Amino acid sequence: MLIGIPKEPMVGETRVAATPKTVEQLIKLGFDVCIESNAGHAANFDDASYEAAGASINADTKAVYQSDLVLKVNPLLDHPSQACHELDLLKDGGHLISFMAPAQNEEQLKQLAQRNITAMSMESVPRISRSQSMDALSSMANIGGYRAVIEAAHHFGRFFTGQITAAGKVPPAKVLIIGAGVAGLAALGAAGSLGAIVRAFDTRPEVKEQINSMGAEFLEVELEEESSSGDGYAKVMSKAFIEAEMALFAEQAKEVDIIITTAMIPGRAAPKLITAEMVSTMTPGSVIVDLAAGGGGNCDLTEPGKVITSANGVTVIGYTDMPARLPSQASQLYGTNLVNLLKLLCPEKNGQLVIDFEDPIMRGITISKDGEVTWPAPPIQVAAAPPKKEQDSAPMEPTKQEMSAAVKYALGAASAVLVGWIALNAPAAFLGHFTVFVLSCIIGYYVVWNVRHALHTPLMAITNAVSGIIVVGAVLQVGDELNLVTVLALISVLIASINIVGGFYVTKRMLKMFQK
Amino acid sequence: MQAGMVITAYVIAAVLFIMALGGLSQQESAKRGIWLGIIGMALALVATLLSPKVMALTTGLSYILIAMLIGSAIGVYMAKRVAMTEMPELVAILHSFVGLAAVFVGVNSYLDHSQELTPVMQNIHLVEVFLGVFIGAVTFTGSLVAFGKLRGIMSSKALNLPQRHKLNLLALLVSAVMLVQFVNQGGNDTYLVIMALIALVFGWHLVASIGGADMPVVVSMLNSYSGWAAAAAGFLLGNNLLIVTGALVGSSGAILSYIMCRAMNRSFISVIAGGFGNDPIASDDEEEGEVQPTTAEEVASMLTNARSVVITPGYGMAVAQAQYQVQDITQKLRAQGVEVRFGIHPVAGRLPGHMNVLLAEAKVPYDIVLEMDEVNDDFANTDVVLVIGANDTVNPAAKKPGSPIAGMPVLEVWDAKTVIVFKRGMASGYAGVQNPLFFMENTKMLFGDAKASCDQIASNL
Repeated sequence: MLIGIPKEPMVGETRVAATPKTVEQLIKLGFDVCIESNAGHAANFDDASYEAAGASINADTKAVYQSDLVLKVNPLLDHPSQACHELDLLKDGGHLISFMAPAQNEEQLKQLAQRNITAMSMESVPRISRSQSMDALSSMANIGGYRAVIEAAHHFGRFFTGQITAAGKVPPAKVLIIGAGVAGLAALGAAGSLGAIVRAFDTRPEVKEQINSMGAEFLEVELEEESSSGDGYAKVMSKAFIEAEMALFAEQAKEVDIIITTAMIPGRAAPKLITAEMVSTMTPGSVIVDLAAGGGGNCDLTEPGKVITSANGVTVIGYTDMPARLPSQASQLYGTNLVNLLKLLCPEKNGQLVIDFEDPIMRGITISKDGEVTWPAPPIQVAAAPPKKEQDSAPMEPTKQEMSAAVKYALGAASAVLVGWIALNAPAAFLGHFTVFVLSCIIGYYVVWNVRHALHTPLMAITNAVSGIIVVGAVLQVGDELNLVTVLALISVLIASINIVGGFYVTKRMLKMFQK
Repeated sequence: MQAGMVITAYVIAAVLFIMALGGLSQQESAKRGIWLGIIGMALALVATLLSPKVMALTTGLSYILIAMLIGSAIGVYMAKRVAMTEMPELVAILHSFVGLAAVFVGVNSYLDHSQELTPVMQNIHLVEVFLGVFIGAVTFTGSLVAFGKLRGIMSSKALNLPQRHKLNLLALLVSAVMLVQFVNQGGNDTYLVIMALIALVFGWHLVASIGGADMPVVVSMLNSYSGWAAAAAGFLLGNNLLIVTGALVGSSGAILSYIMCRAMNRSFISVIAGGFGNDPIASDDEEEGEVQPTTAEEVASMLTNARSVVITPGYGMAVAQAQYQVQDITQKLRAQGVEVRFGIHPVAGRLPGHMNVLLAEAKVPYDIVLEMDEVNDDFANTDVVLVIGANDTVNPAAKKPGSPIAGMPVLEVWDAKTVIVFKRGMASGYAGVQNPLFFMENTKMLFGDAKASCDQIASNL
């Protein structure tokens, strides 16, 4: 099957759906790959490196779109240089994998179905663990979060990290991140590694642990409400909660230097979280990065695609193309997501697609197939943290039964009686040996507990060697006459010698091997 | 040499032995420790050979020297030839020697009537003879069976005689009755011989009914017995050096057995009474699922991109003799700046500390080989865990009440970002419990021989 990678026609788009590295992997899966000339130019991949990876280069845009399977980044739109819609360039009965924005383009879906094109939309990858490697939304969000911090740093007039220099003390920047999804967590990590003090807020309490694990503080609202919708995304909150939340933001706005907002609810306009009033209370020079600008923005002042400065000197960044501002990285990650998806679709590695609707991932992403619109797919329930299951309520039963105090005392008393009986009845000679024996056991106990676990095998070998000391007993039993006693004693001497010499030798061999 | 000198030499030897064991607390001091042990042993032997009784011998002395020479030669030969994977066998066979020597010394001491004893001492002496022979005989056959099982000469499966607990109990009871009769009659050859035979069978049966993976416990238990046998001989002969040494060895083996049992969360009695397999528990949660196979190339690239890697080897690594390949991987990764560590479960392998010796043999630096408790908290910050030939020791089922291995401390590898399990096939581990780890979403299975897989990974790094 031939895969075509066209140059993205959207203005300002720098990404491309395959990089030389992913081309290699696609070829390993049994596909042929054809790249439109200059497709990777904006992402710093030249035609020669694609060719070196095994792809063919074609300058004819139409021919590339006529491939059996077209991999793209953006939803279909009018192609400026071909003077027609991208949809018309596709081959009837072909395949298309791309971001498709199916919710906004229902008309397009119908046309795809009519022309019997099998289309898969990358934003419809279900959020289950198995599909993480194909989740392009997450990989793009990751880049967006990182880039948001870099953009903020670019417009921010101060260091992120605190320093004490000869020229005075520099306080660290305070960063507030709203929404700890993939983008939020990435921003959190990036801002934290630049040295800022990072705080984060999210309506879903289960992400607290993730936020803390990244070294950030989790801001909480004094209100109980369950807000995980079960599909891994946030849902709309109650009025009381929103009020409490807004009060928190207003308070934080006065304090922090940088706010990065990432709050999106699938299928709705982005919630307004930072009001114009809050912006006016911020210190001049502060920066707001609105990653939800594409969905209308979380901040009142946001203008999608633009950077504006408020009356009091606060910069509001509303770029909607954050991932495209890191084109090489974004293309590589997106390309790898596509490769992982194709690995699933092409299990035989023979370059043929097998679409199985029993598989929730394949079902989820396919939006048109066999002349029918198959979007939206029936929902699958997943959640990162299952809402309070009985999981923890059954504590592990203590399998080890601690010896009860009574039994311990009884044993102690019994041994005391035994020792007393021995003391009363046994002759002095025996008691002398008995003393030595008991003391040796105790010494052995303390000495051996100190032996490292790693040296247990040498310990066994050396105790083997020293237990050969029984040779002393045997030697003392040997007589001049070769009678039964002497013969048995000699055999004992012989085998005990094996023990002594063999044991010490092998211990030495082993210990020699232990090296730093 | 005067008798006083001999005793002084024995005291010094005993102190040296204690210091030798004490030296094993650190790898650095261990090498010095062994020399102390050797000096102690040499001192004790020389003192014995120079003692008045031995000096009085004529031909006997030359017999002794010949026997010692032959024994030493065999000892060196065995110790030189043994591969590190065969250490458990060597240890087991050496135990049997101590056991046999103890039996002979006991019998000799019974046959030798040169000493005149008071009636009380005579009784004590007889008890000592009886116990010495009993312990020695059990150690002897038990160790032979352990050797056979480890060698693969005997089936490593647990022998399951009907009523085996009652058989064991019966053997002990009969022996106890024999002891009373033996002492009451002031010594009786028949009773001693019957008891010795019972003890031999008892030792054989005891170890034969214990299965493969419980071998670490069995071997340390026999280690302990061999010590007690030596101590009993010491009582018999009134020799303090033997008593001290025997007690040291005995408690050492007992502690090792205890550590092993604790690591499996089982009582000593239950290990001795038989393996897991004896009460077939149909694993109630048929946790089946999809496994995700992977390839050596993929593993290699994951390892290269990881920041922190932990390797948890098990008996499978020893069987496949993969330790050199594992070290190869370790070296390459460390050269690339990846942090590589090893997590060793206390019962991994067939001998306490077996994995450490194998890794040391392959020249893995010992400071990156960690114990379970040292590494367990770090799994959450680990990118890749390689599980090589381990199964039960990494089974998350141990955390669930009701599982046959519930409560057993395990390496919590599943907390890591990715777990790679090296496995031949989908068979369950020794405990017969299915391992849910294999079906976890962050687990990938690398099927095939561990050695070949490791080789492929190393060549792809």
